[in-house]
Amino acid sequence: MTIVVILLIVVAALTVVGAATVIVARRRRPRGELTAPPRAAMPSVLVPEVAQRPTLETTPTIGQRLGASRGVFDRVRSMASVGALSDEQLDVVEEVLLRSDVGVTTTTRILEELRADGAPEGVAAAVRAALLASLTSERSVTTTASSGRVPVWLFVGVNGVGKTTTIGKLAQRHVDEGRSVVLAAGDTFRAAAADQLEQWATRSGADIVRANEGADPGSVVHDALGRAKARGADIVLADTAGRRANSTNLLDELSKIRRVADRDPGQVVETFMVLDATTGQNALSQAREFLAAAEVTGIVLTKLDGTARGGIVVAIERELNIPVKFVGIGEGVGDLIAFEPEAFVDSLLDA
Amino acid sequence: MFDALSERFERLGTSLRSRGRLSDDDLDEALGEVRAALLEADVELGVVRAFLDAVRVRLSGEALNQTLSPGQQVIKAVNEQLIEVLGGSALKVTYASKPPTVILLAGLQGAGKTTTAAKLAAWFKQQGRQPYLVAADLQRPAAVEQLRVLGAQVGVDVFSEPTTPVEVARAGLKEATRLGRDVVIIDTAGRLAIDEALMKEVRDLAQVTTPHYTFLVIDAVTGQDAVLTARAFHESLELSGIIVTKLDYDARGGAVLSARGVVGRPIVFASTGEKMADFELFHPDRMASRILGMGDVLTLIEQAERTMDADVIAEGAGRMMSGNFTLDDFLAQLNQVRKLGSLGGIMKMMPGVTKEMRSAANSVDEGELGKVEAIIHSMTKRERREPSIIDGSRRTRIAKGSGTNVNAVNHLLKQFGEMRKMMKQMGSGAGAMPTGMGKMASLAARAQAQRGGALPPGFEALGEGMKSGAMPVRTGPKNKKKKGGRVTPPKQR
Repeated sequence: MTIVVILLIVVAALTVVGAATVIVARRRRPRGELTAPPRAAMPSVLVPEVAQRPTLETTPTIGQRLGASRGVFDRVRSMASVGALSDEQLDVVEEVLLRSDVGVTTTTRILEELRADGAPEGVAAAVRAALLASLTSERSVTTTASSGRVPVWLFVGVNGVGKTTTIGKLAQRHVDEGRSVVLAAGDTFRAAAADQLEQWATRSGADIVRANEGADPGSVVHDALGRAKARGADIVLADTAGRRANSTNLLDELSKIRRVADRDPGQVVETFMVLDATTGQNALSQAREFLAAAEVTGIVLTKLDGTARGGIVVAIERELNIPVKFVGIGEGVGDLIAFEPEAFVDSLLDA
Repeated sequence: MFDALSERFERLGTSLRSRGRLSDDDLDEALGEVRAALLEADVELGVVRAFLDAVRVRLSGEALNQTLSPGQQVIKAVNEQLIEVLGGSALKVTYASKPPTVILLAGLQGAGKTTTAAKLAAWFKQQGRQPYLVAADLQRPAAVEQLRVLGAQVGVDVFSEPTTPVEVARAGLKEATRLGRDVVIIDTAGRLAIDEALMKEVRDLAQVTTPHYTFLVIDAVTGQDAVLTARAFHESLELSGIIVTKLDYDARGGAVLSARGVVGRPIVFASTGEKMADFELFHPDRMASRILGMGDVLTLIEQAERTMDADVIAEGAGRMMSGNFTLDDFLAQLNQVRKLGSLGGIMKMMPGVTKEMRSAANSVDEGELGKVEAIIHSMTKRERREPSIIDGSRRTRIAKGSGTNVNAVNHLLKQFGEMRKMMKQMGSGAGAMPTGMGKMASLAARAQAQRGGALPPGFEALGEGMKSGAMPVRTGPKNKKKKGGRVTPPKQR
């Protein structure tokens, strides 16, 4: 019950804050005076001071540097170094990796490897090899469960990464491959999430089980399993609400959903963490938390069609051994494809 | 947010503090640490470089300060530069002389535009405005529906029709004018910055609606891409500001620095949680002090002012000081606290709170708060006034009544007793509390005029048992106890 201690401290602190504000408010407000909210009759533009504020002094420099980074891999490619790499070359490699969100730790390790092994076949090939060596996990997906049980794919992730859309696209994929699909609208938190999933169900011809907003997601999954079992469906795709990965109770809730989904007649055969390619280093801690709470078996990397490179998955795969299994490369229903390390590494380095 | 960054700077502060003067090597090493910290925090590489250059210039231009240790001097420079990059001063939202004031929201998919639109509407409502929401995101399935639900939650009407985004915006504006609404918030479809067709759509929207403000909604967990995104939007939309979302994540939020650095527009609002109330004006200087681990008391005060019932609080405070604080008061205060948002969010803003406490607070859920409430509710009126009469059999009854166990009841009572003792000491004791409160009061008074990041000593006194240890920067001269500085607690009838 550390919670009580925290509560008491917070209450006490706030009481002080509250008392202080009250005193101030009473002092500030002479009796009888109206306290209408201040309405500045200002022109429609920004406060001039702000509008005139120059941009960060160094912005042109940033611009130039960014411009330079566009062709940075060309520079790597043109370095036909043999043996040891120079510091300048390593700097360029570092820049490419950092800009792709690979992260400081992983970048440093790769640089160490390069420093030790040199680049007998050129810098580009060496970097490519080092990255590919980090992406060697098994990537097959399981679509079958033990006999008599319904395979479940569970989707987890933080808000806004594209879980529901991913499920929609995968539903279509399963239907195309001849499976009958039941969708479980387990995101009962976000307004209209179930509506969104239902539109995907209609589009793909999948069945959907949903409940009211605020309903227990576990019961939605349970009902979906019941329906799948009764109708002899081939697979259940279960959506969950997006959640912060640093909130213990939300993760507990997720573990519970997973347990429900894994109970007879269901069997969780894949748990995908959906990850947005624009995500930075926080993705690693997300992966760690979701791995612990829901036994993540694979990553779906979405929004790779944007400018982001999604380099953080290298760190995730390297450090946590969670393989990337699908990547989202567009808004079309067919734009969710199997992950190919080589193509990914090439695009990563082509920043 | 920025937690890791603060930790890093804290470490940096201690390792440098011991040394006598700052050599070039020291500086290189310190800036190397800052560089790694910023990169780990997802600040874009170019912005990091520019930032470090600026810090270096700042340090070399300045004569070595005699009163500050070298470590403090580095941190001071980092802090000042941080404030500069984050915006220097907050953007004040002003209203169009001919209403409605039109606000356009743009951003990548999943950044949280729709939720932000509703929160923004709630914020304007709080300011005494009559906002109106226009759902022009016809791209994502059910986005309009989502905004309708959220709009209903905050009590703001939502306009939409199944035509085209431009048509929706045009008709929405007309409708808003007809209804006499003075703020119109337009939610647009999420897009990938490189998508020319969708970029054109939002440009057309901007042309038709001529927004007074165009805000880029950006996600605090974004990595290096934040710069490209922000620039792409800025080039085609002429942004007036940035709204940052998901600040409640444990992400370090370097994207805020990146976007700000490349666009040169202020970050105006920050969204800090799932509740509709978890939304506030962004204060760059406060954020900088948050980065340096100094808490964010000013935001807390403002939030408290907005959501809490002043009379309930004042009454409780008075009784707390006189040592007559009852479990009923505690319950009332608890309800006030719950209005303020999540415990984790509150803890983040309080200075001197350790990481462990923060994560403990994060793991507290409404259910557990409910348990505490249930325990108190299961007591008789007399028990709540005089917890000392609660004996073994009463405890068993309370535990049964609240669906908890005797241990939980014991624990609550024990903690409550200790807190009451502490409070009483503060109230009657060496004037620690009044001094603290005096500081708090003057701080709150200053809050409007000057957004300084000074630490109210009252909090340090209060949080004796939960101090994280050294604060990286010492604020102000030593605390002199002046008689005149005291403020008497509010009188109770």
